[in-house]
Amino acid sequence: MARRFLIALVAFLSLAVPGVVSAADPTVPLQSSGVDVSNQASLQRGAKLYMNYCAACHSLQYVRYNTLAEGLGLTIDQVAENLQFAGGTQHDQIRIAMPADAAATWFGLPPPDLSLIARSRGTDYVYTFLKSFYADPGQGATGANNLVLAGTAMPHVLWPLQGIQEAVYRQETGPDGASRQVFDRFELAVPGSMSPDEFDRAARDITAFLSWAAEPMQLERQRLGIIVLLFLLVLFTFSWLYYKELWKDVK
Amino acid sequence: MGASADKNATGVGRGEGGLSGWFRKRFPWDQLMEDHVTGYYAPKNFNWFYVFGSLALLALVIQIVTGIFLTMSYKPSAAEAFNSVEYIMRDVEWGWLIRYMHSTGASLFFAVVYIHMFRALLYGSYQKPRELIWIFGMLIYLCMSAEAFFGYLLPWGQMSYWGAQVIVSLFGALPVIGEPLVEWIRGDYFISDVTLNRFFALHVIALPLVLVGLVVAHILALHEVGSNNPDGVEIKKHKGPDGRPLDGIPFHPYHTAKDVPAWVIFAMVFALIVFFAPEMGGFFLEYANFEPANPLKTPDHIAPVWYFTPFYAILRAVPDKLGGVLAMGAAMFALFLLPWLDRSPVRSIRYKGPLFKIALTVFVVSFVMLGWLGLQPATTTYTILARVFSVLYFAFFLLMPIYSKLDKTKTPPDRITYHG
Repeated sequence: MARRFLIALVAFLSLAVPGVVSAADPTVPLQSSGVDVSNQASLQRGAKLYMNYCAACHSLQYVRYNTLAEGLGLTIDQVAENLQFAGGTQHDQIRIAMPADAAATWFGLPPPDLSLIARSRGTDYVYTFLKSFYADPGQGATGANNLVLAGTAMPHVLWPLQGIQEAVYRQETGPDGASRQVFDRFELAVPGSMSPDEFDRAARDITAFLSWAAEPMQLERQRLGIIVLLFLLVLFTFSWLYYKELWKDVK
Repeated sequence: MGASADKNATGVGRGEGGLSGWFRKRFPWDQLMEDHVTGYYAPKNFNWFYVFGSLALLALVIQIVTGIFLTMSYKPSAAEAFNSVEYIMRDVEWGWLIRYMHSTGASLFFAVVYIHMFRALLYGSYQKPRELIWIFGMLIYLCMSAEAFFGYLLPWGQMSYWGAQVIVSLFGALPVIGEPLVEWIRGDYFISDVTLNRFFALHVIALPLVLVGLVVAHILALHEVGSNNPDGVEIKKHKGPDGRPLDGIPFHPYHTAKDVPAWVIFAMVFALIVFFAPEMGGFFLEYANFEPANPLKTPDHIAPVWYFTPFYAILRAVPDKLGGVLAMGAAMFALFLLPWLDRSPVRSIRYKGPLFKIALTVFVVSFVMLGWLGLQPATTTYTILARVFSVLYFAFFLLMPIYSKLDKTKTPPDRITYHG
């Protein structure tokens, strides 16, 4: 009965939603990113890494260079000299030079804009993604794969920092009795220029920067919120006293 | 009785001269205030459930005002909509605040209206002679739902797009006219720029006009028959020599003064969300909606915003598309019939018997559970649960003529219970 119902349900849902294509869920639990967007040093380090390693392919089209300066506590000149490799004015958005159709030819799809990735996927996703590349010869054109996004077209651009890690699997017997391979851990095959702890920090900095980029006004928003709530508290006190006074004689 | 009637006789003859006198002779301002504000007598024994009507009005005003400002910077085109929302969030002065107020306001409007409707269930506010107030209220709720649905497409995110796709395709379940109807609604073979444009028109002009008109009708009908109260007894039965109800008190300044602190509490909840959790854990702004609409890529999991999920769960619980759509429609329509389904001789839950209390509890639990289930993926267990709670949801209405009649009710007092 339950099985028949399930079949009916699946049939119904596929009617309701034409062309349902479901992407595989990440096979690894996401690690906590532990980002602190109020830490400007972390944002600055993250921005530097982003501009050097990511920004060749991934635009931040909703972020302008002057917003970057303001949010990171830098001057316009500092941004122009250290982060704005593409030239242009301070009001320009952070874009890439690669034409989208060329990118589609080279990578299979154009690299996505990352302005909002920390909001649409969450910071834990970004952090874990950055740390989950592993050598997988024969995977795509890059020989790199990612546990969070299997079959990714993205090469492991941070390998000079992290080094190259390999995935180690273990055999596990599933509830159905069949034996299968399960991801166990990563092993560093080729060390990079950073220690694992340093690389964790680098991944966290990039994630913090992307979290800031997804909502540059988030700190301002919280600061303003406290003022608004304090005002409302005062307003409540007086409105409550007025209400009590007015109703005192109502019998 | 603290308020004297002469205090509220706003003096129609007062101040014949000057600008106000000139105005008064040409516009019935005094009469309007007298009829609906200062001279409208509402029961003294309102409890805090009774602030949610005026909170709903506040929420409506917030939506209209923030909506006007959003419209100034928003671009209703498939190519520009998503960008323009981010432009509002980042480059428009205070744009982020206005946008968060609008998105939070939408959810809180529904929250407030759901509590307002629950209050009506508790105290029998839909019963004779207030059937029309209830009907207008239900029409407001339907209109709000349409308004929210059309508005949800406008940010043109993944969830906007696929949510609209799913809901519009429901009309395709109707026999014969289904597919042509869906095409007519979309104006295209899929959700496209054309659809976005017309949804924008409906969201910013058509439905707000209807909504405001219905709110006026709701309040006029209320002021015609007078407010119910937690005891569910008529205050008009006992009038003083001045013709004013003894158990009533002028809406202004008394009830307005009571509403203000409630408004401030509402503003605090509002501010906590807007400033500290604008996404509200994905309930008010869904995470997938921060990705631009992509007609070629269906999101892994499509769920409507929380306020529609009870009905969505009922839709999914029926293993037949047309059946599901009809069940969902029936779930809304059943609420309209409430005034005629309730055969209880008393209005308020205070004097109703155990049967009604159990039924109402089961109904509320079912509604909340359906709401939760509507957010979950439709696994076998969840689907069975959704069916159980759907049956309970409908049982509340279908069996109401029976249990409300059989119930052992208490005799309500002759006058309201109020202890200063």
